Amino acid sequence: MKTNLVIAGVGGQGTVLAAKLVARAAMEAGLCVRTSETIGMAQRGGSVVSHVRIADAAIASPLMPPGSADTLLGFEPGEAVRSLPLLRPGGTIVVNAHTVAPVAAALTNTEYNGAAMIDYLGRRGGRLVVVDGDAICAEIGSPKVLNVALIGAAAATGALGVSLAQIEDTLRKALRPKLVDMNVKALHAGARQARKEMQ
Amino acid sequence: MGNEAIGLGALAAGVRVVTGYPGTPSSEILPTVAAGQRHHDGHIHVEWSVNEKVALEVAAGAAMAGARTLVTMKQVGLNVAADPLMSLVYLGVKGGMVVVVADDPGPISSQTEQDTRTFGLFAKLPVFDPATPEEAYEMIIDAFDLSERFGTPVLFRPTTRVCHGNAPVALRELPPPTATSLRFDKSPRWVIFPRLSYENHIKIEQRLPQIADEFSDYRFNSLTGAGCLGIVTQGISTGYVGEALAILGEPGAPLPEFKLLRVATPHPFPKRLALDFLTGLERVLVIEELDPYIERELQRLAGECQLQVAVLGKGSGHIQVAGENTVTASLKVIAGFLDVPLPPNATGPALPEAAPTLPARPPVLCAGCSHRSAFIAVKRAMRKRRAIFCGDIGCYTLGNAKPLDMVDTCLCMGAGITIAQGLHVVEPEAVHFAFIGDSTFFHSGITGIINAVYNRTPIVVVVLDNATTAMTGLQPHPGTGDTMMGAVSQKVDIATVLRGIGVRHVEKCDPLQLDASMEAVNRAVAAATDGVAALIFESPCIHVAPPAPGYVVNAEKCECKECIIKLGCPAILSVDGKAWIDNDLCFGCDLCAQICKFDAIEAVSREELGP
Repeated sequence: MKTNLVIAGVGGQGTVLAAKLVARAAMEAGLCVRTSETIGMAQRGGSVVSHVRIADAAIASPLMPPGSADTLLGFEPGEAVRSLPLLRPGGTIVVNAHTVAPVAAALTNTEYNGAAMIDYLGRRGGRLVVVDGDAICAEIGSPKVLNVALIGAAAATGALGVSLAQIEDTLRKALRPKLVDMNVKALHAGARQARKEMQ
Repeated sequence: MGNEAIGLGALAAGVRVVTGYPGTPSSEILPTVAAGQRHHDGHIHVEWSVNEKVALEVAAGAAMAGARTLVTMKQVGLNVAADPLMSLVYLGVKGGMVVVVADDPGPISSQTEQDTRTFGLFAKLPVFDPATPEEAYEMIIDAFDLSERFGTPVLFRPTTRVCHGNAPVALRELPPPTATSLRFDKSPRWVIFPRLSYENHIKIEQRLPQIADEFSDYRFNSLTGAGCLGIVTQGISTGYVGEALAILGEPGAPLPEFKLLRVATPHPFPKRLALDFLTGLERVLVIEELDPYIERELQRLAGECQLQVAVLGKGSGHIQVAGENTVTASLKVIAGFLDVPLPPNATGPALPEAAPTLPARPPVLCAGCSHRSAFIAVKRAMRKRRAIFCGDIGCYTLGNAKPLDMVDTCLCMGAGITIAQGLHVVEPEAVHFAFIGDSTFFHSGITGIINAVYNRTPIVVVVLDNATTAMTGLQPHPGTGDTMMGAVSQKVDIATVLRGIGVRHVEKCDPLQLDASMEAVNRAVAAATDGVAALIFESPCIHVAPPAPGYVVNAEKCECKECIIKLGCPAILSVDGKAWIDNDLCFGCDLCAQICKFDAIEAVSREELGP
C-alpha cells in the first residue's frame, strides 16, 4: 500500500495544517509517513505545495517525483493546474471551485478564470471532483474550515490513503474541544459534496 | 515535524538552557522545548535572545557552568554568531553544547546558500548532518554526548526538507528533571589569551583525528555494496538517491554492482570509513546539496593516498551547483553513472495540452498589512523628491514587489540602516530612508543608528513596529513584553531607546491613518537635514490583532481602480472592470477607502456582510 498526496494552494488557506492532519491520521493508523511543506516567507499569499507520502513500508524521500501523486488536492483551481505535473496518469483530482486571483492578475489586467482552469483539469482524463468550498464554509459559518472540508472530500473519494473515520478520529484528538464540532461537520459536508459529485 | 524532533531530542538529552533567534527553517525547534519544559517544572531555561550572537554567548556561559545547552538559528544567523563561536572553539565547554544551524538549499527563505558543513571545517567543529526527522531525534542526543566527552561545541545542521518534514518518531523516555545545582568553577581556562589559544589549538588538532576515527564507526554513517563504482550522498539527498535507486531497480533488471556511502558526520571527515569505500573504486559520484564538501574531501583523500579514482559531482558538472537536489535529477545522473536505461516517464507524464496561462504567484504582503500603509505613506510623501528606500529582513522585504516598489536595497539583518548611511555619503542631495522591523531593530539595528548619530549622517529611520516577529511565525521579542518562560517582562520601548542613543527627532504614528502619516514623514524628512530622524509606525500585525470592519465597493462610483494599481492588496480584485473586495481576505485596514478619489469604498460591519 502506497499513497502519494499533493496539496496545492495559496499561503494562508490552511494547506500546512491539512497536510499535518492527514499525516497524523496515517501515523495513528500505524503507517509510515513522510511529508514536506512550504513554511516561512513563501507562505505569505504565495503558491504553496505540501507533499504527503503514506505507505506500509519505509519511504525514502519526503518529496515525490513528477507523475507519482495518486491524488492532487487543489485548494485553488490555478494552483491545482500548477501542480498537475506531479499527478500520475489516471490519478484523482479534488479541487475547490473558489479562485484566489493572484495580485499580478489584477495589476496586469490578465483575466484569471477559475472555470477555464477546472475545464483544463477535466480534459486531462481521470477522476475530477469539484468542491464548492465557499458553500460549505457558508453553511458551517467559518472560512477557517475550508481545509478540513476539502480533506473530507478527498477522503470520500477513497484516494487519500486514510479513511474519513480515521480523519474524524484524529480531529477529535488534535483539536481544542470547542473547535471539534464545527470541523467534524465541515469534514462530513466535504465528504457529502464529493459523493454527490461522483454520482 | 523535523524541528519538533530536534527539540524533543534535546529534551531527551537533558538539555538545561536553550537560546536562539527565529529564522526559517529553524524556528520551531525552540518553541518545542519551551512546550516541553513546562513538564519539567521550569528546570529548563528557554529564551528567544535578541540575536544569534547573544544567544550563543548566553548558552556558552551556561555551558561553562556545566549545563547542557542548545542554540538554534538559521544559516545566516551563524554569520552573526561567528565571533563568539570561533573563540569558544578554543575555550571549549564543560556542559554539552549543540549549535543547531538550519541550512536552506534552494534557497527557499534565505539570502544565501552557504553550507554549514564548510563552516564546521573552517571553525574546527564537529558537524552532524541528519537525513530525516527520526534520525535528527536520535542524532542530537549523540551530539550532546560527543560535545560533553570532547569538551567542544558541536554543530548540528539539518536542511529545510528535514526541518519541515513530518515523519513518525519513536520517542525515548524523558530523563527525570534534574534539580542538581550546577556551579561555575573559576579557572584560567575560561579566559582567552594568545598563549591559551596556542595551547588549545594544539589540543584541537589532536582531538579532531580522534573524533574522525570515532565517526568512522558512527551508527548513521553507512557503507554498503561492492564493485568498482561508488555513489556517495548525505542529508536529504540520501532520500532522493534511495528513491532513485528503487525506481531504477524496479523493472527487475538487476543494477550493476556499486558501493554506497552515506556521510552523516561531514566534519571531521570519517577518513577510515571513506578510505574503505574508495579502495578498489574507479569512479565515484557524489550527490550532495550546497558545497561540494564531500567531493573535495574525497579528492583530497584520493590525492593523499594516491588512489586512481575519478571523483564526479559538482566540479565535473554532473550535479547542479546551486539549488535543491531532486529525485528526478538523482535518477538521471545515477542512470548515466551506472549505465542503465531511464525508465519511461522518469521525468513525469506528458500532459495532454499546454496548460492555461498561470500568472505567477509570489508571496505578497497580506491584505490589511500595516507595512503596506506605511510604504504608501512614505511613497506619497516623497512623490516629488529623490528618495532611496533601504529595506531589511522581514515581511516588509515584500514591499519590493510592484506596485509598491519600496525596497531599493536589502542585504542582511540590520543593514538597511547602515547601507542608507553609505548611500548618503555618496549622494547627499537625496533623502535616504531605512525601513526596519521591530524585531530586526533589536537584533542589529541599534548599533547602526548609533553610528549615524555619531557620524552625523542624516538618514530617516522608519521603524515598522507590528508588535511581533511576523515572518518567522509570531515570536515575541524585547518590545512585546512576554518571554518563552511564560513570564510577563518589562517591554523595551523603541522610542525611548532611540532618544537614549541620541536621536533628536522621534515620532510615533499610526500607519493606517494615511494623511497623518504623510505629514509625519514630511516632518521626519525636514528634521533629518540635521542628523538622524526616526518615525515609528505602530500597528499590530493582522495575525495578532482582531479584524476591523469589512469593505464594499460602490460600483456606480468606482472609476479609477487606483486601489488596484497602487496598493497590490490581495483582497482587491478587478471584476467587470470595477474594483471588488473579497471580504474573506479583507482585514479592514481602510487604506483603499482613504486613497479612493471617488469615495466608492465604504466600510460595512462584519454582521452586514454575513458569513
